Amino acid sequence: MTLLKVENLNVSFRTRDGVVEPLSNISFDIDAGEILGLVGETGSGKSVTAQAIMGLLPFLDGRISTGRILFNDQDLLAISEKEYQQLRGNQISLISQNPMTSLDPVYKVGDQIVEGLKLHMTITKENARKRAVDVMTSLGIPNADKVFNQYPHQLSGGLKQRIVIAMGLCSDPRLLIADEPTTALDVTVQAQIIELFKRTTQERNIGLIMITHDLGIISHLCDKVVVMYAGNVVETGRVESVFTEPKHPYTKALLKCIPKLGMADRSLHAIPGNVPSVRTYPDGCRYHPRCPDAKAYCMENIPEIIPVKKTLVKCHQFTPQWRTAS
Amino acid sequence: MTSLVEIRQLSKFFPVTSGLMHRKTGDVKAVNEVSFEIFRGESLGVVGESGCGKSTLARLILSLIPPTSGTITFDGQDINRIGKNQLRHLRRKMQMVFQDPHSSLDPRNSIYRSLEEVFKIQKVPLSQEKINARIVELLDMVGLKPEHCRSYPHQLSGGQKQRAVIARALALTPEFIILDEPTAALDVSVQAQIILLLQQLGDQFNMTYLFISHDLALVDYFCQRIIVMYLGKIVEITPANLSQKQPRHPYTKVLMESVYVADPLKKTQTPIIKGEVPSLFNIPEGCSFENRCSFAKDICRKKSPELMEIVPGEFMACHFPLTYPEEDDA
Repeated sequence: MTLLKVENLNVSFRTRDGVVEPLSNISFDIDAGEILGLVGETGSGKSVTAQAIMGLLPFLDGRISTGRILFNDQDLLAISEKEYQQLRGNQISLISQNPMTSLDPVYKVGDQIVEGLKLHMTITKENARKRAVDVMTSLGIPNADKVFNQYPHQLSGGLKQRIVIAMGLCSDPRLLIADEPTTALDVTVQAQIIELFKRTTQERNIGLIMITHDLGIISHLCDKVVVMYAGNVVETGRVESVFTEPKHPYTKALLKCIPKLGMADRSLHAIPGNVPSVRTYPDGCRYHPRCPDAKAYCMENIPEIIPVKKTLVKCHQFTPQWRTAS
Repeated sequence: MTSLVEIRQLSKFFPVTSGLMHRKTGDVKAVNEVSFEIFRGESLGVVGESGCGKSTLARLILSLIPPTSGTITFDGQDINRIGKNQLRHLRRKMQMVFQDPHSSLDPRNSIYRSLEEVFKIQKVPLSQEKINARIVELLDMVGLKPEHCRSYPHQLSGGQKQRAVIARALALTPEFIILDEPTAALDVSVQAQIILLLQQLGDQFNMTYLFISHDLALVDYFCQRIIVMYLGKIVEITPANLSQKQPRHPYTKVLMESVYVADPLKKTQTPIIKGEVPSLFNIPEGCSFENRCSFAKDICRKKSPELMEIVPGEFMACHFPLTYPEEDDA
């Protein structure tokens, strides 16, 4: 069953220098028990997508959103802030990048988990504590009873991230959004946390949106992948199809520019140029200035997202018009 | 191969004080009796997790902080025994590129001034025209345009800033550059650009690099030899191309297995290592990796293994280095 469906989501902000559009035409969906990877470089719109789903985009600055975000068939863009509060942290949880800044240094970590629980449901203090300790134990926190009474500075980075995940899972959400949850961690601890995500989504049958720039993590963890570039979805599909047979020139280039163990010397490829900023998105296809296959046609026309074999690709190359164009 | 830098029994302990009188209560052993050499023209990689002493090691080699004990010889001179002026002169030959290009450039200085400053500080006897010409040449070398001279750091992208930092490091034609996580703050597509640039400059000037990173795949690609550090000690020195050979130290094996490969067909179950890097305050007795090692035996808890050359060019600090059946047959 489809848990979350994002349809043609556009987000724009009115700023002093005119309207900027950090997200245009974003569509994807995720089922319960499924892990979706959202991958892209800085400024590709990954985090804005997460914030849009969470309803956390600022209302100031003239935010305009169009499209639909369907969560259990309820359009999140149409509901009131009060209704959103019922969902947020309850049905949908967000785990942010840096565990140091997600935890308040002056409160015990256990109390911080309980605080979220008490906000969302009527529960006694003892039951809340019991539930928090249970979730902590299920996340592999040793001596959860003792850790409950400790302060963030007394815990290691990996433990802190587990606490933040526990906060997210405590209210038994249906959808978890993890925004670069392992960037601040060491590689051996990262491996532990990734396995934890994998196990948790299966056990609890919840949907997980994993936002990362690390294609290795996506390939290892996710079922589906959405590749984003400059506020667009450029390619999406099952991980196996996208990684073994990438179609979009950007996906192809991205896969070639990560060093791998056992890579031949001097075989690393770089993508020329820089990721454009939201104020300077090029006309036509937004990837054309960096694309080796770009034609004049690509500079003038915005590509549609079309099915090519098993994936959806936003590229002119797969259209008959492009082949004949100059 | 001649060595450019020789490091012998180098240690750096930071004292821990507590109480009103700041009584010394212990040491943080950031770098603990480390010995190795860096050959001319090679790229030597240092990998390890946070707190393993990578960055302290870099600062020691450039004599930015004094060592607790041990010697560092650069080009035949002991850098902690020579005078201040000699050291300043020697520093022309050694440079460093830091992780975050944004904080390595003064936000109030244009790129031109940041580069010009190098020549002024070192009192290079060049006329202003020659310095200007050299700055344009440097910018060209790293793929920036002459007009970037007038730019301020906030006007440049992360990749462009790191290029400017590299141009500054190259200004005095150094022989040796320490790269401390030079691409950690950059996007992957830009990381590849910077890595290719550094390789090309390395070939062009026969540069010696010490490349510090937590990314084993990147170090393996960039370097000819790799030093693996754990809690202030070297656990292994090995030729690069790790996939061609089997890892010998259990920690190297764990590091290799923690690298996720972007290939869904190679989906292997990662054998998870338990625990996290212990704090430097309470390093376990005996082998420092003992409490996380799945091969640890009694002796590992009691005796710290020495770094020994097991095959020419390969050093290892482990009581029970991993062996593989194929090797026994051969």
